[in-house]
Amino acid sequence: MAELNTGGGDGKGKKVRSKKQNAGVDLTAMVDLAFLLITFFMLTTSMNKPQSMNLAMPDKSDDAEKKEDSKTPVDENRTMTVLLGADNKVKWYMGMPQQPLDGPNDSSYGQNGIRKVILENSKKALAYSQDVEKGLIVIIKASENANYRNLVDILDEMAITGTKTYAIVDISDADLDMLGEKK
Amino acid sequence: MAKGKMKKKSMRVDMTAMCDVSFLLLTFFVLTSTAKMPEPLPVDTPSSTVQTKLPEVNLATVTVGGEEGAEKVFFGVLGKEDRIATLVKMGERYNIEFNDEEKMTFSYLEGVGTPMKDLKSFLNLPPDVRNKVSASQPGIPTAEENNQLKDWVQTARIVAKDMNNKVLEVAIKADATVPYPKVKEVMNIMQEQRLNKFYLVTGLRNEDF
Repeated sequence: MAELNTGGGDGKGKKVRSKKQNAGVDLTAMVDLAFLLITFFMLTTSMNKPQSMNLAMPDKSDDAEKKEDSKTPVDENRTMTVLLGADNKVKWYMGMPQQPLDGPNDSSYGQNGIRKVILENSKKALAYSQDVEKGLIVIIKASENANYRNLVDILDEMAITGTKTYAIVDISDADLDMLGEKK
Repeated sequence: MAKGKMKKKSMRVDMTAMCDVSFLLLTFFVLTSTAKMPEPLPVDTPSSTVQTKLPEVNLATVTVGGEEGAEKVFFGVLGKEDRIATLVKMGERYNIEFNDEEKMTFSYLEGVGTPMKDLKSFLNLPPDVRNKVSASQPGIPTAEENNQLKDWVQTARIVAKDMNNKVLEVAIKADATVPYPKVKEVMNIMQEQRLNKFYLVTGLRNEDF
């Protein structure tokens, strides 16, 4: 392929012409190599950094003064509790666990499950409070049998539905009863 | 004669421009690529639609994964200098002195999952053996009486403050199948140090979830 000017011409006129012909070096092999390397680097480079979601947890420090403050009264009409159980089970209810205003109802993850419920309840909560600042409060309680994917899924729903106020709280016995999971 | 020569010349395509372009691209990829270090503990993260990027400096990653029922916790920080400084400080806490070679080895590791007393011997393993046993490290103890993860996080935070004067961010990278109590245990360890904000590392999910 590569034609090198070997010289050794026969005549004077011919020598000049052959020189002109071999002016370009054959770059095919070089291009082959370059593309091979490009492909290699493209495939090995991790172009996209891993994604992440932010999670802020409430401060847990047990200062005496904080204990008084932490008992913020919460309106039961705006409070929705989501229970995450074993085998991707989701249950939700409004208000207190002893006498829920609505529920406990079964649901599932995804756009036709819990997302619809959250959006509906969010509308109801806004209608109830008549205040844009006082929207739905979601309390997430995961049982011991829930896995990490469940937690991320429900946090993702919070992001999708634009729920600003949510908290991850330890599950109580009444909630475990509802899920049918005993300690 | 003249006609034949013309035909022969047109057979060959001029590769110069193509060569230029391909080498330009090659240079770009070589310069932008960061060699991907092998992960000490491969995990399959759950996916989410949130697309916050992880910070590229001052980040400590707590990896939770492993076989079901025997989840392990690994810990790592970003940045070579930060890693060495963290190791030295941890050594001071546990009265272990690391030599320069061990520090170098540690600075190349994305994360470790070995208790402090075995860390020295782990770092002294030949590289190929170390890579092989990387995923079978026992994990960093998180139990109440011997909470080394807490010390690691604390040390890394002190190092980040001292060296870069920045607050260390913590990312939790857990396998999707890890039970919630294990994740909660890790979160509790962070919260005991008043570290209330973390990043949860997730994959990308398509829109119609």
